[in-house]
Amino acid sequence: MSQVITRRTFLRRALAVGVSTPALAGLLAACGGGSATPTPTMGASTAASPTAAKSPTAAMMTTPTTSSAATTAASPAASMTATTASGGTATTVRITGPYTGEAKALTGAGSTFAAPLYTKWSSEYEKLTGVKINYQSIGSGGGIKSLQDMTVDFGATDAPMTDEQMQQAKGGPILHIPTALGGVVLTYNIPELEGKDPLKFTPETLAGIFLGTITKWNDPKLVADNPALANINKPIVVVHRSDGSGTTFILVSYLAAVSADWKSKVGVGTSVNWPVGIGGKGSEGVSGAVKQNPYSIGYVELIYALQNKIAYGMVKNKAGNFVTASLDTVTAAAAGASKSMPADLRAIIVNADGANAYPISGFTWILAYQNMQDQAKAIALTRYLWWGLTDGQQYHKDLGYAPLAPEVTALALQKVRQITVNGQPAFPGK
Amino acid sequence: MVQQGEVVGAEALRRRQRDIGDPAFAGAVWITAAGAVLTLALLIALLLHDAWPAIRRYGFGFFVHSTWDPVFEQFGAASFIYGTIVTSLIALILAAPIGIAAALFIVEYAPRWLREPVAFSIEMLAAIPSIVYGLWGLFVLVPVMRNGVEPALQAVLGPIPVLNRLVAGPPIGLDLLTGGVILAIMILPTVMAVSREVILAVPDLQREGMFALGATKWEMIRYAVLPYARAGMIGAAMLGLARALGETMAVTLVVGNSTTQIRASLFTPGYTIASAIANQFTEADKAIYFSALMNLALVLLLVALLINLLARLLVFRFVRSPAGVRV
Repeated sequence: MSQVITRRTFLRRALAVGVSTPALAGLLAACGGGSATPTPTMGASTAASPTAAKSPTAAMMTTPTTSSAATTAASPAASMTATTASGGTATTVRITGPYTGEAKALTGAGSTFAAPLYTKWSSEYEKLTGVKINYQSIGSGGGIKSLQDMTVDFGATDAPMTDEQMQQAKGGPILHIPTALGGVVLTYNIPELEGKDPLKFTPETLAGIFLGTITKWNDPKLVADNPALANINKPIVVVHRSDGSGTTFILVSYLAAVSADWKSKVGVGTSVNWPVGIGGKGSEGVSGAVKQNPYSIGYVELIYALQNKIAYGMVKNKAGNFVTASLDTVTAAAAGASKSMPADLRAIIVNADGANAYPISGFTWILAYQNMQDQAKAIALTRYLWWGLTDGQQYHKDLGYAPLAPEVTALALQKVRQITVNGQPAFPGK
Repeated sequence: MVQQGEVVGAEALRRRQRDIGDPAFAGAVWITAAGAVLTLALLIALLLHDAWPAIRRYGFGFFVHSTWDPVFEQFGAASFIYGTIVTSLIALILAAPIGIAAALFIVEYAPRWLREPVAFSIEMLAAIPSIVYGLWGLFVLVPVMRNGVEPALQAVLGPIPVLNRLVAGPPIGLDLLTGGVILAIMILPTVMAVSREVILAVPDLQREGMFALGATKWEMIRYAVLPYARAGMIGAAMLGLARALGETMAVTLVVGNSTTQIRASLFTPGYTIASAIANQFTEADKAIYFSALMNLALVLLLVALLINLLARLLVFRFVRSPAGVRV
């Protein structure tokens, strides 16, 4: 504890002298209760300071090549912190009440997938600090657009922003802060199999079904893992989402990861040009269509399947195991992917490593500007994010979201520390 | 001029007030009317502005291609346009006769005590939110269509050449026909309410005149009521059609939302312009994707405009023909 304080006073002194190094501050802060290792800090500051004295991290973000170089240098240190002192970071700094000088209201918009979580966060956080968070679930694309136009204080998305989108943002570099995980499950309706064991899908069969190359349930490729399908000589009715959706993004990311054909013919997006099938609006549209059409298959979020008690199939993961989607197996996917996490945390974690990892999983992110103008809002936002990533994670399981793996939480907290206002770190540290 | 000078006090005052009041009122109505026109103009201007990148890039091809691929940025609206027109026409074909017949029943046949309840319950249909129609459609209408109506249609129309093309393919229930049926239910109150007003407006003298000539009730309706009300009833149907064209939520839930094929069969899953915009607008993350959707909105406006013009022509033609003469 005392160590942390001394480090902060050092930082304040450093800032007073005029050495403005937010990156340094972020790294120092992220090292939290761990041992003070000067080497990565030096690396980051030397990489940043000559180019832009005011906001070195900004320079890092806009030029991807230097960014990746600089952050790969920093990330071993970060993941080290994550494994050694992740619990420490979470407990040393806790948001316990209001803070003088913070804004009393924030607005955010975006992801509908994460909306129940953010709504819960908002109400709990307002009770704790009196800060009102007004979140509008207008869809990830809308969230990105609102943030680009700076009409909201933060955005939220299920698909990471593309480089092109990041460049169009009016307020400079944007940080991706993962807040939760979701899985996508395959739900089907085969009357003969009702109440029987769940179907087993492999990457090949899933790609085949959604590409339209596997058209019957008794296709030898499907029967190989599911002998029960041998006599189901019925055409497969594919049901997909008709609205643009993070759920679709995760599924097609998976299909593109496992099938070269999918990648070249259909590609990845929140809505794609589906080769086969009918579209249902929203999860209720898809599950409704599946329920009513015998011999159909569709996909919904894990949360939706759990809440509505919809049965779903198992999927073969990268390690070769058939895995049933659950909050644990989705979190396991994030843990498996954390080793190869890109520095900006825009990670697609489909088909992740790990014996128990469910392969069709993905993050949902909060998007924030790295360099904020309004000090009061910057303080409020960083404190909100910090709280959400630490104490806020307790609400995930009740709402059906998979919590972040500790390794990822540490990386995300580090991003919160990188948010600056007028060149200084915005997070007050309590 | 001389007479004006002779006007006495109170009269003069009133006239002066009228002198101020008239132009003021005229100005006010001018402004409101201009406001309405200006809003439309601004709307079109905005759509044109936002759709411009897509118009420039895809040009006329936007109307004829049916590939809609946000990933590879191939945008063609043909299947949306087709779906919009087909579902709206089905709705019109189903709703117009039923709506007009219901209006005739209420005005001409129903006993007095029954009129208000029947009219009220049909008008209540208009107050139901479209998402409720959609969910009802998905969970109630779709199974009925798939298991009942569509197989029956196949049995009846199957052996007839040409017409059997309309019912080809497996009945899934989520298709253009179901979209059209749900639209028909939704526009029914509009058609019915307007037709009822129009029929009520037929002077009783006409009816009595027909009866005096010894006409039966049907003959009275056929020769006195329908010709008189015809223009208004076409207007009612067109109002309904306009609503069908722009309806979004309910159709989206039952129409199948698929652009993969344009086929004659009404059992093909389709897509409408309004559904496409509602489905994809929130997640349109690329500039050209957004622009293509705006272009779709412009197309919808164009289709609506065309249909309105057609309706005007129809009404014009019927109004000019003398009432009561078979046309």
